[in-house]
Amino acid sequence: MRHDHLITSKQLSRADIETVLDRAAEIDADPSAVADRHANTLLGLLFFEPSTRTKMSFETAMKRLGGDVVDMGSVESSSVKKGETLADTVRVIEGYTDALVLRHPKQGAATMASEFVDVPLLNAGDGAGHHPTQTMLDLYTIRENAGLDDLTIGIMGDLKYGRTVHSLAHALTNFETQQHFISPESLQLPREVVYDLHQRQDGSGIKEHESLEAVLPSLDVLYVTRIQRERFPDENEYQKVAGEYQIDAATLEAASDDLTVMHPLPRVDEIAPEIDDTDHAAYFEQAHNGVPVRMALLDLLLSDDRGIRGEADE
Amino acid sequence: MSDDHDHHDGDDDHELRVSKIRDGTVIDHVRGGQALNVLAILGIDGTDGEEVSIGMNVPSDRFARKDIVKVEGRELSQDEVDVLSLIAPDATINIVRDYDVVEKHRVERPEVVEGVLSCPNAGCITTGDEPVTSRFSVLEDGVRCSYCERIVREEIASLIDT
Ligand SMILES: [Zn+2]
Repeated sequence: MRHDHLITSKQLSRADIETVLDRAAEIDADPSAVADRHANTLLGLLFFEPSTRTKMSFETAMKRLGGDVVDMGSVESSSVKKGETLADTVRVIEGYTDALVLRHPKQGAATMASEFVDVPLLNAGDGAGHHPTQTMLDLYTIRENAGLDDLTIGIMGDLKYGRTVHSLAHALTNFETQQHFISPESLQLPREVVYDLHQRQDGSGIKEHESLEAVLPSLDVLYVTRIQRERFPDENEYQKVAGEYQIDAATLEAASDDLTVMHPLPRVDEIAPEIDDTDHAAYFEQAHNGVPVRMALLDLLLSDDRGIRGEADE
Repeated sequence: MSDDHDHHDGDDDHELRVSKIRDGTVIDHVRGGQALNVLAILGIDGTDGEEVSIGMNVPSDRFARKDIVKVEGRELSQDEVDVLSLIAPDATINIVRDYDVVEKHRVERPEVVEGVLSCPNAGCITTGDEPVTSRFSVLEDGVRCSYCERIVREEIASLIDT
């Protein structure tokens, strides 16, 4: 089917995902070929909570396609402060722009907003819900480094609150992957997410662990996320738990030489800086990939024959 | 038969506890204690002047105790009946015209229910002031908000939007 909006990576089939990643690879190889492709196109940036990095990445992507952005600015200075509903805000701003990017603290915000507008809407994060452009750039990075089929991936850290993890895990069920989830018990995947993963893939592809040690040697990719201080009642407990999910050069001695280490950034101390210069480190590349991947998504959603549509779907 | 006592069919007997209706709907075989939730899910609160009679915890052959709801002057649509499946999966629906049962339905689980339940997730966009109708998909063992994807398996009746 054709997708006019990008709300969650769950809506995308394997063919849809491959269409996006293939387009991103083409753009990545020759960005100049699309430098004017969307001249005179305006992208509206609606960020109801701050995320400078994601916003800059979208802005860069739109400008590299020849277009420009208009930014709602901070919530404090906008009509939202006066009590306007999201439904009204998106209906007003769609009249100014050719597409919208929305980040909002409430879950389901992008789904609802997309029901009120005709221009393409891209979800840049809805509370604890989805962040599909992050997922697509994660998938792109995995494909470039390790391939998406016959993949064994470890996803480690805060799996409870980390929405990037939920979206990624779900998207990976489209491929032949073995997923290992490594976290302290208190930060395990929510049962909703586990339920969904089991609906998608038989249980053998999904395993949960409290320690990295046993699975590390089998991994092609290790995806590390930050464990936040505020998830713990006191500093001691935090230090004790978080310390077990940090990696350094010594940790990686047990890993395969080809292991790719990823992180959605910003990191604090989950990955020691000494890993940055090794062949394992892919997290800066991953951050850079946000631009070609968002360019690909904008291009697909804004083209005359618009929509994300996997070729095998037709 | 040596039994000294008359043995009537339980349901017929207890039928007398709630008045017969002329035209309308009888919802029978509701699980004991769920009658008020049945009315709530149908949006019937008496303010529109409907004549409603309720029997609660009536002895039943099929269940130990059942509830029965009769609504005079209103024939429930299939959509309304289907929503009942969430709290009264075994209910039978009798449409009555001129004191005769003219149609009998079982409830069927719908795929989606709209505008009936409210999401229990305070972080869900539908719980604010947005002009949006709640929507839940119906799972085998619960319901799931179409916006925030929260799954609710227990106490679904407590989500009824009143
Ligand atoms: Zn919800």
